[in-house]
Amino acid sequence: MSDWYRDFANSGIGSTITKQLGLPRPVRLRRYSPGQPLLDGPALVGSAGEGRLRAEVESVLKEDGVTVLSPVTADGEKGAKVAAVVLDATGVTTPADLAAAHDFLAPAVKRLGTNGRVVVLGEVPGEAPSPALAAARQALDGLVRSLAKELRAGATANLVYVPAGAEASVPGPLRFFLSGRSAYVDGQTVTLSAADVPSGDGGSTPLAGKVAVVTGAARGIGASIAEVLGRDGAHVVAVDVPAAGQALAQVANRIGGTALQLDITAPDAAQRLVEHVVQRHGGVDVVVHNAGITRDKLLVNMDAARWNSVLAVNLQAQLDMTQALLDAEGALKPGARIVAVSSQSGIAGNRGQTNYSASKAGVIGMVRSWAPEFASRGATINAVAPGFIVTEMTAKMPFGTREVGARLNSLQQGGLPVDVAEAIAWLAQPASAGVNGQVLRVCGQNLLGA
Amino acid sequence: MTRKAAIVGGNRIPFARSNKKYARASNQDMLTATIDGLVARHGLAGEQVGEVVAGAVLKHARDFNLTREAVLGSQLSPSTPAYDVQQACGTGLEAAVLVANKIALGQIESGIAGGTDTTSDAPLAVNDDLRKVLIAANNAKTLPDRLKLLGRIRPGQLVPDQPRNVEPRTGLSMGEHAAQTAKVWEISRESQDELAVASHHNLAAAYDRGFFDDLVTPFLSLTRDDNLRPDSSLEKLATLKPVFGKGEGATMTAANSTPLTDGASAVLLGSDEWAAEHNLPVWAHLVDAQTAAVDYVHGGEGLLMAPAYAMPVMLARNGLTLQDFDLYEIHEAFASTVLSTMKAWEDPGFCKEKLGLDAPLGPIDRSKLNVNGSSLAAGHPFAATGGRIVASLAKMLHELGPGKRGLISICAAGGQGVVAILES
Repeated sequence: MSDWYRDFANSGIGSTITKQLGLPRPVRLRRYSPGQPLLDGPALVGSAGEGRLRAEVESVLKEDGVTVLSPVTADGEKGAKVAAVVLDATGVTTPADLAAAHDFLAPAVKRLGTNGRVVVLGEVPGEAPSPALAAARQALDGLVRSLAKELRAGATANLVYVPAGAEASVPGPLRFFLSGRSAYVDGQTVTLSAADVPSGDGGSTPLAGKVAVVTGAARGIGASIAEVLGRDGAHVVAVDVPAAGQALAQVANRIGGTALQLDITAPDAAQRLVEHVVQRHGGVDVVVHNAGITRDKLLVNMDAARWNSVLAVNLQAQLDMTQALLDAEGALKPGARIVAVSSQSGIAGNRGQTNYSASKAGVIGMVRSWAPEFASRGATINAVAPGFIVTEMTAKMPFGTREVGARLNSLQQGGLPVDVAEAIAWLAQPASAGVNGQVLRVCGQNLLGA
Repeated sequence: MTRKAAIVGGNRIPFARSNKKYARASNQDMLTATIDGLVARHGLAGEQVGEVVAGAVLKHARDFNLTREAVLGSQLSPSTPAYDVQQACGTGLEAAVLVANKIALGQIESGIAGGTDTTSDAPLAVNDDLRKVLIAANNAKTLPDRLKLLGRIRPGQLVPDQPRNVEPRTGLSMGEHAAQTAKVWEISRESQDELAVASHHNLAAAYDRGFFDDLVTPFLSLTRDDNLRPDSSLEKLATLKPVFGKGEGATMTAANSTPLTDGASAVLLGSDEWAAEHNLPVWAHLVDAQTAAVDYVHGGEGLLMAPAYAMPVMLARNGLTLQDFDLYEIHEAFASTVLSTMKAWEDPGFCKEKLGLDAPLGPIDRSKLNVNGSSLAAGHPFAATGGRIVASLAKMLHELGPGKRGLISICAAGGQGVVAILES
């Protein structure tokens, strides 16, 4: 789906007009395609205080062929544009240390090119032994969120909290936030945990040999998830209701996967899914709970059918299927990945969507609660919360509502289904072993619920 | 020693009443969609299977290579060979037998058997007189000769020849033939209606419990057979007027006869080894099959009674009795056909004189007959019925557990019949 306004703002006359009037000036985002370099230019790497991750960061960048530039010199080195700025702020121990972060970032961000990336690495505030330390660490969160709002031209800023012992977990998330895979992820914070992370990033097929189940795969975001997982090398079991079977078969055939027609709210659905993955694939590596429905009404006007059907599909089915997979011997392969699709509405709420928002907030509670159990199995469970994503559904919205909705974020445009799919495919990777119990918004830093 | 072919899965599109949802779909469209659904269900995109065998009863001249064309349009590897078969309503089952035999002989490791039929997008032939003039005009060497020939065309010749559901040798429709048989065997109106109601209720219940989730793929926004009437009842059916047979004794109505239908089906077969390599379940094996034909023109036998003759031959060869089965699938071309066939097997006179048996084959436990519905409810796109029955029965036997036997009986135009045994 084309973004007419973005195309206009990038045309000769449109560029002049939007600049003069101070209108949003969205750019075409740099999205990932196989074989694309991690970055299109050099990266500036610096630290605030005595950081412990600088070497780790530089080795990841060098491995991917990125030129690493040193911190800007005090006299204000005027260099060429850079594609990324990475700040190791794990050495920040007092609020006063934050000045060093500012000293590094201010000149560095000035050199940031179109679709640039800012990634800040910090220590986890919750683990701080003193209030001052916690305050300094937490301050990074506010810094990054505000910087993300100041950045223009498709640039993003994200924060990764790295607790002691989780250093090996850094490369996967670092690559994600630098790459085109995170095009529509902005102003987000992810907290890593220590995990057994396999070395290497898997190249262009990080999911080779993996079996992935995607529910709601017949169309929209689900079809995009199936396609991206397939592109990354997974065999995809595409699941949708029997009535969507024709479109589902087309998705499955396009990516060389298989189609499983299943109403996930049927009493025996979880059992049938387990039997299918065990018999046909010897278990499953990746499960994406994407299937979801909306039945919008103001709370006072909402009937039981609307309420119950949304909760059944969007939440209860995820719980039942996940539990059945955990219970069945051999159903979840070692290092399994569960990714549940939540929503911005589950974080910020949305008028007319009490049922939907309840279900999507419930999903967040679910992944957080299950995270320790999954960690003990060497597996992970995370949620992805899409913001305004351009789909057939949004195409039916009234023009004004749609256009305003699409611009109310730091990237000044709606996301695409593939943006959600890329975030999910990243969480599904072996290299994401240290990302667990997290809720990642794919919303371009939407103003709602931020 | 030969091996038995395994039935590992199936697919069909919902069957649609004539000139409804699939009015604009061709046989090739439907067969291609059906193969693609089967490919998606079993993860065969880009794969070569040993052979695809299918056919259609009502077939356009342009569809001379129908199945191969469907394969080329499908997601199967283009290097998959295919050929067409046609044995009227026996086409689908015969196709499965042919694929199974090649697998049993080790000539192929896997194969797809299917069938497709449309009564909506049916071929209309050019009037025979007009056809002769056009061929002559085409062969004429000069323009004046050509114009002279074309000048011989008369308005009456512009009326096309429509395909008719009649037997060429008797001029009677299949329904009229079945009505004659129903009269001979004294099949009551009520018993026919009961069978029809059971078919609708059984099919609806099977859909509701998700039985068809891995047997059917929607097509052109149709998700269930549109002939299905879940609320069918004896009272409602009793109000219908007979459409076949004449006078007081006429018993056959639109409800206890199958309507003209469009649709397609396909069955995936393979050797046990092939199934294991692909992690596919072996639902059942195709154990044996038999065809028979009767002289309905001069021999005094009913048009659709051939399965009655095929059955004892196959049972004897396998050392089985008619009662040695856990499930029976008798194609419901007409309710009266099912009932006449079963009555014939119970009749000592028929079994002795016509089948040459010392004792009748005996009765069938009706609770094991067409338990998930059959053609009266689903509809009957001629060549697609065999595939529907083979895949459904194989799955039902698999659900019952290993070592269960199922029997298939399908009558066909031209006085023919095909029967087969499946075993889980």
